[in-house]
Amino acid sequence: MLKMTHLSKVYRTEVVETYALRDFNINVNEGEFVAVTGPSGSGKTTFLTIAGLLETFTGGQYHLDGVEVSNLNDNERSKIRNEKIGFIFQAFNLIPDLNVYDNVEVPLRYRGMKSPERKDRIMNALERVGLASRAKHYPAELSGGQQQRVAIARALAGSPRLLLADEPTGNLDTQMARGVMELLEEIHREGATIVMVTHDPELAARAQRNVHIIDGQVVDLAEDPRFHHAVHSARANSPA
Amino acid sequence: MFAYYLQLGLRSLRKNPLLTLLMVLAIGCGVAASMTTYSVFRATSNNPIPQKSSQLYVPQIDNWGPDSSKDNKGEPPNAMTYTDAINLMRDKRAKRQTALYPTAVSIVPADANMLPFRETSYGWYADAFGMFDIPFQYGHGWTAGEDESHASVAVIGKALNEKLFNGANSVGKNINLNGRDYRIVGVAEKWNPEPVFYDVTNTNGFDDPIQVFIPFTRAVELKTPTSGNNNCNHDPGKGWDEWIRSECVWLGFWAELPTKAEADAYRQYLNGYSAEQQRAGRFRWAPNTRLRNVVEWLDYQKVVPQEAKVSLMVSLGFLLICLVNTVGLLLAKFMRRSSEIGVRRALGATRREIYIQFLIEAAAIGLAGGVVGLLLTGLGVMGVSLVFEPDIAKLATLDVSLVLLTMLVAILATVLAAFYPTWRAAQVQPAWQLKSN
Repeated sequence: MLKMTHLSKVYRTEVVETYALRDFNINVNEGEFVAVTGPSGSGKTTFLTIAGLLETFTGGQYHLDGVEVSNLNDNERSKIRNEKIGFIFQAFNLIPDLNVYDNVEVPLRYRGMKSPERKDRIMNALERVGLASRAKHYPAELSGGQQQRVAIARALAGSPRLLLADEPTGNLDTQMARGVMELLEEIHREGATIVMVTHDPELAARAQRNVHIIDGQVVDLAEDPRFHHAVHSARANSPA
Repeated sequence: MFAYYLQLGLRSLRKNPLLTLLMVLAIGCGVAASMTTYSVFRATSNNPIPQKSSQLYVPQIDNWGPDSSKDNKGEPPNAMTYTDAINLMRDKRAKRQTALYPTAVSIVPADANMLPFRETSYGWYADAFGMFDIPFQYGHGWTAGEDESHASVAVIGKALNEKLFNGANSVGKNINLNGRDYRIVGVAEKWNPEPVFYDVTNTNGFDDPIQVFIPFTRAVELKTPTSGNNNCNHDPGKGWDEWIRSECVWLGFWAELPTKAEADAYRQYLNGYSAEQQRAGRFRWAPNTRLRNVVEWLDYQKVVPQEAKVSLMVSLGFLLICLVNTVGLLLAKFMRRSSEIGVRRALGATRREIYIQFLIEAAAIGLAGGVVGLLLTGLGVMGVSLVFEPDIAKLATLDVSLVLLTMLVAILATVLAAFYPTWRAAQVQPAWQLKSN
């Protein structure tokens, strides 16, 4: 589904070159639930934005659903984002001026979908996240957990092949985070491919597979004692 | 998607009413100032006879010589002597031609209940009706034969016909002008070219529609003096006969020359005529003639008032300043929505779609600015008389074309002003925007 080979991302200024990703290799199969972990500044979010075609990369190859994406133009990248990828962000990123229904509708509008089909998909997605009754509410009238559920509904409404989540529970309290995580697991069980960036080892442990990034490179988790320590601590502090 | 973008735009405008009001007022004031001054400029710079403006010419002959024309930058006098006009008429070198001059006539109505009143009339030749494409409600112009026989015939205007004959067909009836009866041969439809190209020198380009036309030959025969300008470089002597033989210039002259070749030939003819006058000892200088078509003549006569040009330029400058302000306000407004743009891009919006969304929003502002501009233009047009002469001020009207132009300018100007802010909006990098959240 998602394959990056020797991928690099360099931010250049007049005096310095900074590698956000270096010789980055990853392969995510269709239907997998992969958690991407790593310390702050390790390149997790850069990886996710490149995976989601929100940013270009400097070198290497990236195949998404079998398509090499490095030479695609803005229209083609936008089309793939719209049709194949669903995004869930830490800050929810709902549009404050639009109500829940209209927020979920945004990607469907860009797909040129007719109104009746849009309505079916929106209501199905909202029912799935338990917010059908809040369709006319504005983001400011919802709790953080509800806002994230709306963001998930927005991502699901377009039936994407790949769901990219960037710290989806980062702004939520434990209870709300658990609810969102259960929702993601449910979506995964229904066949979606999910790549989730997280700081939280407990959440990472609930994914099928963990990928750890340090200094812009994927490292073998077995060789990194910091990860095992973090997971151990998380489990010890967990309310069981 | 247009309806969707318009809906988004209107929602966004409602969200920041103060900012929206500022932009709408900026556009409205700028457009209103431009359209008000444009309404004056348009009226004064109008081509009064577009279908023939390149075929109708004013010949000028320098009968005063370099000493007198020095003050006029070497240009011949603006009008013609009786001698030259009659000679040119006699030679008939144009397809059609006419000498003309304005006279004041007293009209004595047949209805005893009506008091006599004065009107400006023109004495000209039969050719003038065809040359100037004058439309007729009843009848037609008089004939060349009636010119030659100095016939007492007249063409009257529609308004005068309404006044004297209640609008009925008055052809064949008599009208009393200066105590003499003239047989009406035609009633002209309302004919009021603006500017009054056929007699710019006596009207400054703007006047009420003329209601009475009589044969030039009859007017001269009756020694009817001109009510227009009469310029002399020497004492014309005493009496009518000495005056019309003098070098005083007081007549207008028009020649219809349908092709460039005919115009060139006429130029040669004018020079030849002047050379002939030089040989005859009347002119002691080389031929100095001009031949200008309608547009060139109006331009040469500076029919468009200088203040109309200046005020238009100033108001366009004001519109530009308003637009620059609008650019700044739009930029602030659009960039505050970087996060929304980032989300939309992430969810599949192309740059083009972001462009369209924000340009439609700008067009909505332009539309509102146009409505405000229209109201202010209406007020401005009413207030034009405070700045311009009444004859000119009355020409400035808020007609359908000005309404449409006001709306078009407002929308186009705002969309133009939105190009840079929209371009900036479309350049928002979704990755950075979403990361920064």
